[in-house]
Amino acid sequence: MAHANDYMVDVAGLRKQFQVRPERWGAKPRVVHAVSEISFKLRPGVTMGIVGESGCGKSTVARLLMGLVEADGGDVRLAGQRLGYEPAQLKAVRRKVQMVFQDSFASLNPRMTVEASLMFGPVVHGVPRAEARRNAHELLARVGLEPARFAGRYPHEVSGGQRQRVNIARALALRPEVVIFDEAVSALDKSVEIQVLNLLQDLKTEFGLTYLFISHDLNVVQYISDQVLVMYLGKIVEIGPVQAVYEHPAHPYTRALLASMPSMDPRHRTLVPPIVGDPPSPIDPPSGCRFRTRCPHAATPCAEAEPMLVQTPVDGSHQAACHMLNAAPGSWQPLVPAHTTPGAMA
Amino acid sequence: MTSPSVLARVQDLTVRFRTPRGEARAVNGVDFEVGTGEVLGLIGESGCGKSVTLRALMRLLPPARTQIGGRIEVDGQDVLAMPGPALERYRGGTTAMIFQDPALALDPVYTIGQQIGEAVQRHQGGSRAEARARALQLLDQVKVPSPAARLNNYPHEMSGGMRQRAMIALALSCSPRLVLADEPTTALDATVQIQVLLIIRELQQRLGMSAIFVTHDLGVAAEVCDRIAVMYAGRIVETGRTADVLLHPQHPYTQALLASTIHGSLRGTRIEGIRGAPPDLTRLPQGCAFRDRCSRARSECGGDVPVLQPVQGGHAVACYAAR
Amino acid sequence: MNTTTAPLAATALPAIEASPSYWAGVRQRLLQDRVAVVCMVILALIVLGALLAPWIAPHDPAVGSVLKRLKPVGTPGHPLGTDELGRDMLTRLLFGGRTSLLMGIAPVATALLIGGTLGMVAGFLGGRVNAVIMRSVDVVFAFPSVLLAVAIAGALGAGIGNTLLALTIVLIPPLVRVTESATTQVRAIEFIDAARASGAGNAVIMRAHVLSNVIGPVLVYATSLLSVSIIMAAGLSFIGLGAKPPTAEWGLMLNTLRNALYSQPLVAALPGVLIFAVSLCFNLLADGLRNAMEVQ
Repeated sequence: MAHANDYMVDVAGLRKQFQVRPERWGAKPRVVHAVSEISFKLRPGVTMGIVGESGCGKSTVARLLMGLVEADGGDVRLAGQRLGYEPAQLKAVRRKVQMVFQDSFASLNPRMTVEASLMFGPVVHGVPRAEARRNAHELLARVGLEPARFAGRYPHEVSGGQRQRVNIARALALRPEVVIFDEAVSALDKSVEIQVLNLLQDLKTEFGLTYLFISHDLNVVQYISDQVLVMYLGKIVEIGPVQAVYEHPAHPYTRALLASMPSMDPRHRTLVPPIVGDPPSPIDPPSGCRFRTRCPHAATPCAEAEPMLVQTPVDGSHQAACHMLNAAPGSWQPLVPAHTTPGAMA
Repeated sequence: MTSPSVLARVQDLTVRFRTPRGEARAVNGVDFEVGTGEVLGLIGESGCGKSVTLRALMRLLPPARTQIGGRIEVDGQDVLAMPGPALERYRGGTTAMIFQDPALALDPVYTIGQQIGEAVQRHQGGSRAEARARALQLLDQVKVPSPAARLNNYPHEMSGGMRQRAMIALALSCSPRLVLADEPTTALDATVQIQVLLIIRELQQRLGMSAIFVTHDLGVAAEVCDRIAVMYAGRIVETGRTADVLLHPQHPYTQALLASTIHGSLRGTRIEGIRGAPPDLTRLPQGCAFRDRCSRARSECGGDVPVLQPVQGGHAVACYAAR
Repeated sequence: MNTTTAPLAATALPAIEASPSYWAGVRQRLLQDRVAVVCMVILALIVLGALLAPWIAPHDPAVGSVLKRLKPVGTPGHPLGTDELGRDMLTRLLFGGRTSLLMGIAPVATALLIGGTLGMVAGFLGGRVNAVIMRSVDVVFAFPSVLLAVAIAGALGAGIGNTLLALTIVLIPPLVRVTESATTQVRAIEFIDAARASGAGNAVIMRAHVLSNVIGPVLVYATSLLSVSIIMAAGLSFIGLGAKPPTAEWGLMLNTLRNALYSQPLVAALPGVLIFAVSLCFNLLADGLRNAMEVQ
């Protein structure tokens, strides 16, 4: 019987708005709808990738789940622990969930050695210093950094990939059950990125972790995730097993996003951009479906009501939030024939 | 001895930086040519010297602690020997640059219209109204919506993609013959990136410009470049037509780079990266710099540095094991 | 039940390569800066002289002789001459150093403690706490510092204690400002979020993470304030609001030797030279410290 305690991560109706100072004195402050009604559940041991572009709210979701930002509404349960904002509740949650940030350098105190940074969390939670130090050295070895060489170093003496390993070790120091990666490998060279991703896979198996992997890189997400969640302007537009979403994207935005990946084959170049214009800002989003202003399939129902997540037609392999899913029976074709041989008609 | 179809030629370029830890040898004997209307990609990871090479072509390296050797010839002019006034005409006029972060390249206190207009007036003269008209025309060419309104926007009032388009417009404002692009789309969202890449490609073809495109993303190189040169530790290790290099790589580094590029069809398999790390530029090893990380290293790799040898039809490799 | 430390020693961790800490690097760069080293030597000599005054001064600072008034520099027995009451200048300058340096350094040290804490709290907590602290500080800041010092000292009356209080009050607002600014910048950097994500509370984060990153620029500013404070202390004494006669104090000595400016200019200028030297050295030292703190 599936009950609430079967899920490692259980998010329901997560909401967050920010106020933006009005440009003119006396005008109404404008509201940024950063995250609107995000709900999903993750079983233990699953990696959920979250993809989306600037303004979609994925980083805000990460910060909300960590309790670094206070949500306006919604219910979040992590490893059975309800996320609350009393100091004791936050401290309890932070033993269960940890985060690795994008900027490996800014994530580390420049005045603290690697060892000291790794010891900080456990000591705060009452672990004796000697044990915390031993723990730190073990973790360094586990992430592939020789403790004798790296424990005494300062962040600026260590390369980007190595720093990110330190950040990963730091996240694991508190023995969490869920780890959130917010664009954690985006700034790394490709060959270093793959090494870190392999490390993450190994650690996940060894420590029995559940991952939330936020990235704008669709390839990386496909490689490392089991499930994927596509966000647009603060809402989930598509969610499901990663292969299902990538092979049969149902939502027009997901299809455009997937078609935007540069072709790896110079003989088959992209001829037409799948979607025109920039991602809009989440201030005053369009009514109804937020994607309708850029969607080629938009029709009257799209302006009237926000679409709910429903099973995809055809194979029901995953869920998408679109009013036009059932309306266009041939909608499995890509939005535009993006990759064609040069010279052929688009 | 530049044939008419070659616009830019770089011969034996070396760049050394003086650093507190010693002399960093960022570029070590780079040779390449860019033909008229051709796009050359410089591919490599951080520290390989691709950005330094690009900046050398514009003489944007800090003069105090930099030592440049070799010869750079663009449109018949010797770039490294150019005196001040000629250099000012060259920059922006003959050669223009597009940077990775438009927020750094655009002055925050002037509007886009003012910045493009200033560039036009400096290089081509004319009245302010004419410069403004030209700016409008350029913004239209880079597909900026409502270009007339955008002329009066400041950089911070525009989104990332819009700023990058404005920077391209600025770079093209004086009809340069050579465009240098340093990772221009790395910081952009995927859907914006593909649009900007297509604009660059379309403009480059229509206006007949040559371009040198620095990127670490092989997909971007496949979309935009006619030829690519793979760089490692300040040297070119492989060069050739894009299809040849990407589909039939000869150099072990190129092969390893391609093998460690993640794309979806590899899901479920385990991709191994390249073991080891790039060499310290202040302590370059003898012989081939990739030797310590190469699965096919032989004894000769520790001797002389391998030079580029042709494989076939413009495809060349610098490797003893690839023969 | 007597668990000794033996288990821990048995699993002792291998020695690690320790890198030089940031402050070790700062010290090394500072010692390579010639100007800074010269300033430090001069200051050390003056401070040492002041500290050891009771033992090394040749005469009694309070004892003068009408016969030996205003002797010039180089007089046998009085290498730096005598003042208008016949007291030995060297002795007076040494003892005066104790007072002057105290009046210059103590207010800065106290203001650093109080102002630094207030600034860090204001910068870190933000919101209403920040508003209350910073706007209160702004009120004091609205007055020109010298005028405010004079007003407070004048209201409280002359005397070293009151001067110390006045100067401390005047020096707190700039230190709050600088600390608050530095703290606000540090607070925005991700490692603070990471520390919060580790479960640490505000006090722990401020002590373990913010302090070490903020102390650098604040210390540089405090050192430059020392040069200002010395001059203000001397100035207050000069106008009669600081040390009271017969206390030896450089500013006061400048006042009492005013009339000797035409007859014995060298002797009359001596206290001023010392004030100038100390102030300049602190100022240059602050510059050197700031350069040494900039990591490449």
